[in-house]
Amino acid sequence: MKRLIFILPIIAFAGLAAFLGYGLTQDPKELPSQLIDRPLPEFALPGIADEPGGGPGLASASFRGEPRLLNIWASWCAACPQEHPVLTRIADEGFPVYGIAWKDKPADSRAFLARYGDPYAGMGSDFSGRTAIDLGVTGAPETFIVDKKGRVRFKQIGPISPEVWEGQIKPLMQQLRAEA
Amino acid sequence: MLAEIGHYALILSLLVALAQAVLPMAGALRGDAALMAFGRSAAVLQALLITISFGCLMILFGKADFSVALVANHSALSQPLPYRLAATWGNHEGSMLLWVLVLAIYGAGIARFGDNLRETLQARILSVQAMISVAFLAFALFTSNPFARLVPAPLDGAELNPLLQDPGLVFHPPLLYLGYVGFSVTFSFAVAALLEGRADPAWARWMRPWVLAAWVPLTCGITLGSFWAYYELGWGGWWFWDPVENASFMPWLIGTALLHSAIVTEKRGSLAGWTILLAILAFSLSLIGTFLVRSGILTSVHAFAVDPERGVFILAMIIGATGTALAMFAARAPMLKSGALFGTVSRESGLTVNNLLLMALTAVVFLGTFYPVIMEAVSPANKISVGPPYYNLVFVPLSAPLLVLVTIGPMLAWKRDDLGVVAKKLIVPTLLVAAGLAAMVVWLGTAQVVAALGLALGAWLVLGAALVLARRWRGAAGFSWRLVRTTPAATIGLALAHAGLGFTTAGIAAMSSFAAEKILVMRPGDVATAGPLSVTLQRAEEVDGANYRALRAHFRVSQNGSQRALVSERRIYTVSGNQTTEAGIGVSIAGNQYVAIGDVQQDARGQGLVVRIYWHPLVGWIWFGGLLMAMGGAASLADRRFRIGAPQVRQSPTARPLAPALVPAE
Repeated sequence: MKRLIFILPIIAFAGLAAFLGYGLTQDPKELPSQLIDRPLPEFALPGIADEPGGGPGLASASFRGEPRLLNIWASWCAACPQEHPVLTRIADEGFPVYGIAWKDKPADSRAFLARYGDPYAGMGSDFSGRTAIDLGVTGAPETFIVDKKGRVRFKQIGPISPEVWEGQIKPLMQQLRAEA
Repeated sequence: MLAEIGHYALILSLLVALAQAVLPMAGALRGDAALMAFGRSAAVLQALLITISFGCLMILFGKADFSVALVANHSALSQPLPYRLAATWGNHEGSMLLWVLVLAIYGAGIARFGDNLRETLQARILSVQAMISVAFLAFALFTSNPFARLVPAPLDGAELNPLLQDPGLVFHPPLLYLGYVGFSVTFSFAVAALLEGRADPAWARWMRPWVLAAWVPLTCGITLGSFWAYYELGWGGWWFWDPVENASFMPWLIGTALLHSAIVTEKRGSLAGWTILLAILAFSLSLIGTFLVRSGILTSVHAFAVDPERGVFILAMIIGATGTALAMFAARAPMLKSGALFGTVSRESGLTVNNLLLMALTAVVFLGTFYPVIMEAVSPANKISVGPPYYNLVFVPLSAPLLVLVTIGPMLAWKRDDLGVVAKKLIVPTLLVAAGLAAMVVWLGTAQVVAALGLALGAWLVLGAALVLARRWRGAAGFSWRLVRTTPAATIGLALAHAGLGFTTAGIAAMSSFAAEKILVMRPGDVATAGPLSVTLQRAEEVDGANYRALRAHFRVSQNGSQRALVSERRIYTVSGNQTTEAGIGVSIAGNQYVAIGDVQQDARGQGLVVRIYWHPLVGWIWFGGLLMAMGGAASLADRRFRIGAPQVRQSPTARPLAPALVPAE
């Protein structure tokens, strides 16, 4: 009995080590998205143009027929200027990038795009943040990959780096293009 | 060239450490004095080589040699020189080098100051110490070489995270490392004792200064870290139960327990197994702290670059070190001779309860920190985090009895004591605290009973510390200066540390109950109130700093008729584009006035500045208490008896009418 007490620490430690080892195999940045393989939640957002109603906006219904990227960004977000050149490159390579300006005043969004360039094929303004809640956005930037049928296939949390684009997202986009 | 010298020195130190890991141990087994002496020289040589290596890296940072990848990635020409030098350890590779440097310096310390140690014990300690060195040096060399070159060299480097450009960074990590790594020495002591199958009072006496040598800088480091977070991060808090904060707090709790249980082993020869276990755990928790910061297993504001490969290496090290030590503990500890028995009411019992409570507190923090990892392993879809409500709920009820006990403990006699006698000794502080508590409840109202209890506990600790000194100074023949002069440093250390804990407790109690805050949009001329403060935003302007641009706001704060001007800045660092907040803090003994500005924001009345105003009563006491505790530890470390060679013969229990006041009471 007395002997058992001395063995207890090593047993407890073995259990802990197992959990730590398991934790190591998990990527802490990889938050599970509930939306994978589910249809994009419905939204119809106004645009960011300097006119009543914001001009042409963005609706979930338009995500059909061709795989697209949906980028959640904001002018106040620190990582977005870093991600911007990658988005520009993606658009230049012929992949359509759509954007939702999240909790951002349209004037600020316009100023951002005027300064850094506008790679977006379409832009919606989610000033209230309501759509972002439906999308399960945890922060900006985040990017959803939506397939031909309007289903979410992948979610990138944080900026898309050139490596992520080349290694992960571009192959996925090409595969989605090939899908029926 | 310097980079190569540093690199070679590091490789050589690994070879020296390998030899030091094997030869002294063999010497201790065979009783070969020459091999054991080799261990001492090797320890000093190893420290010398790593010092050269670290010095090279520091000079590279000082010269801004961007042909070294690490320098290019973590410093820039626009940075002031002191921060460029501090950048040496403001990154993963450099901080690992600092880690092995501290490890080697402690090793050299055992070799140089361990003359009075049993020779075989010293050889085994040095050997175990070198095994840890080998693991960390291999880690640094093979997975995170700080001297890797970058071709072609860039013209300017990437900047250090601006949050880290602060005097706090210059001292905070090295102090924590002194603490973490310091526990490697007690770990080596514990393993060596298990190897020898002997953990006697002499062993505990030799180990105690090393526990203090780790505990004091760790206390300073945690205090400084908390202070730094408060005034630099601009969050307006002093502790956030962040995983990495917890990672430094757990070794501190265990180290505190070890400090006290080692006293029992030293004075009475009891609790030897327990002391060994604590010594193993203190270092293991330090290692796990490192693991947490570097593996990315838990996300945290403190995290360095996440790299699972490094995580695997550190985990292997933890399993190797802790696993082996605990296995040896399971095999050997039951055979250790247990010391004298003690009564239910005795100093030994008090310290045992203190240990159990500290262990329980550590378990609470541990669970809170690792619950997310464990939950994720059980059900992978759930990402959860454990917040302050959990800690407040569990930590407070567990720590309250511990704090009550802190004042009672030093009044207890060794071996056996009588409750009535103890109560008589404590009558003055008990009455004072009870009266104070009643007055506070009347004054503050019954709604603030918890705050009043917290403040009363603080007073109880400070009075208890004073009582220890008072009893020491007032001998059988009344107060005498001779008794004051001859007070052992350890007794003064005890009083300082326990009083410090009291100040910290009072500060925490006041902060938890009476702090006030307000967040609002202000324009020049606006007045806002928060708690007892009335704050006027006078003007805001744009200014240029050394390597940043800033928006600077001037405030006038008035409280109880006295006025003070405060300035807060929002800085944008030009190279990296990072933003930081410099809060305006008005410091006084009663509390801090804290004003911090955020972004420019539009509201119904047009453009304004987001302003956060806090009133933080007694917040400075929290850090003052931490500093006092560290000073107490340092005083205790200076105690003469640690420098005396042979363990003293204990006074016989019958020959001490003045006991326990004459026994150096920790």
